[in-house]
Amino acid sequence: MSAAASRYETVIGLEVHAQLSTRSKMFCGCPTTFGAPPNTQTCPVCLGMPGVLPVVNRRAVEFGIRTALAFSCRVNEACRFARKHYYYPDMPKNYQISQYEEPLAEDGFLEIDVEGGARSIGIQRLHLEEDVGKLLHEGTLETAQASLVDFNRSGVALMETVSRPDLSSPAEAASYLRAFRSVLIFLGVCDGNMEEGSLRCDANVSIRPRGSAPLGTKVEIKNLNSFRNVQRALEFEVRRQAQALDAGERIVQETRLWEADRGYTRSMRTKEFAHDYRYFPEPDLVPLQIDRRWVEEIRAELPELPRAWRRRAVAQYGLPPYDAEVLTQSRALVDYYEAALRESSQASGAGTDRPKVLSNWIMSELLRVLPGDDERAIKSSPIPPRHLVGLLQLIENSTISGKIAKDVFQKMFDTGQDARTIVEREGLTQVADEGALGRVIDSVMAANPKAIEDYRRGKKEAKGALIGQVMKETRGKANPALVNRLLEDKLSQT
Amino acid sequence: MIDRKDVEHVARLTRLALTEPELERMREQLNSILAHLDTLRAVPTEGVEPTSHAVDVVNVMREDEPAPCLPRDVALANAPDPSDGLFRVPRIIEE
Repeated sequence: MSAAASRYETVIGLEVHAQLSTRSKMFCGCPTTFGAPPNTQTCPVCLGMPGVLPVVNRRAVEFGIRTALAFSCRVNEACRFARKHYYYPDMPKNYQISQYEEPLAEDGFLEIDVEGGARSIGIQRLHLEEDVGKLLHEGTLETAQASLVDFNRSGVALMETVSRPDLSSPAEAASYLRAFRSVLIFLGVCDGNMEEGSLRCDANVSIRPRGSAPLGTKVEIKNLNSFRNVQRALEFEVRRQAQALDAGERIVQETRLWEADRGYTRSMRTKEFAHDYRYFPEPDLVPLQIDRRWVEEIRAELPELPRAWRRRAVAQYGLPPYDAEVLTQSRALVDYYEAALRESSQASGAGTDRPKVLSNWIMSELLRVLPGDDERAIKSSPIPPRHLVGLLQLIENSTISGKIAKDVFQKMFDTGQDARTIVEREGLTQVADEGALGRVIDSVMAANPKAIEDYRRGKKEAKGALIGQVMKETRGKANPALVNRLLEDKLSQT
Repeated sequence: MIDRKDVEHVARLTRLALTEPELERMREQLNSILAHLDTLRAVPTEGVEPTSHAVDVVNVMREDEPAPCLPRDVALANAPDPSDGLFRVPRIIEE
């Protein structure tokens, strides 16, 4: 614990903006494909032309309700949209349609893992709004004379979730964001891709002398777009505030920007009136009255969430908690694992600890060649779960050795073919034919009289050298247990 | 009553550069609008729920179906300074 952390208590709340995985935008039919050429996914509504009318995307509301239920929030009977006014060129209407006094849902919580246990972090509210366009700068930020605007993102459905100030350290904040992202991915409401900006985070942080009751002055930090940056920025900010208080200064309520490359936060010098958003009810959108039956339908279809899956994987499959944690880094990976388990239970050959063997292969081999947190990559794996199970069967029935299996795995990944096809084509079948192996052993023994002599004089490790020679002659295809038995027989005979 | 400071504040929020005579004219006009609201305030509203919409309609939603977009040259047709398919705007200066 740092010196600052011991003198002061840290109070953090996070605001997370998640782009919903809808096919069209929040209030118009423009598609939401990431990476389309600039300004090719716009229409009069999302360009803010006069006289247009927004219409709410039903799926976005459904995703909002689904998320609210996963966080045990109260879904409000009625909610309304509001205009939030400010001027910035990435927002053509000069107001953002958001929700203010009557959000979609309120009062929930998210359980997170912290050192030595779990904690429940309050969720204050969850509301829907629209994203803004993207600003690019000509040249560097410092020297740019002009900005360029791409409105493809303008109007994309966003869900903002505000936590209560329940987080007590930068590490907890990062842990919250991880758990949050994982829930959203499992719900299928957001792809969680932080590099593409699908998930963005702002933090409110204050410190107060340990044990003192009133909260300190809070500072908002923007631009926290990775788990690492959330933690680094908050660590910096807590240190900065502690140093200021130690020096007898006061903390100014302000918005600061995290400069990831430089490792510090800087004041955005925003004048107070900038927060004068002049909210009022959006006259172009009628209120929503959320049908209770709809909410119950969505509740009934909630998928199993990561924490619940981990608990079940440990209890039912006997997986170590670590394995369960690794597998829940994406929904796709859990689906992959479950599919492999199902294949495996239908496949012949039991007796081995399939759940653990499968997780071993996924963790050490599949995740070596594919990023586990990339939904698309895992879903389109060149090695489908069925092929992985097929490979494990070949090991179990001694067709190939575990060592050869790793090479076969790589070839499966490169070609998309199943294990049996590769093994047969490349003649990788383990030599388990006693006669064939016996002949190889005879020739190895004939070529290594000294090793045999050493063995007879009691140098037992000489046998290892002979086994190595046999494996070399068979290019690793010999069944090691069989080689050992045959060699011992022959050594004791002569 | 709206004074000069209020008008300056609102003008700043809406990024309007008003001249001295314009500021004064706006102050007068805004005050006369507020005076009109005083007339409305005289209407008894005891027991009336606050209303944000004049029509009694809720839950207007559309299905999540992508629709055609504007061709890019049309989207950019009114842009004063388009550049490579982007809207070019003066550099943003943080306040």
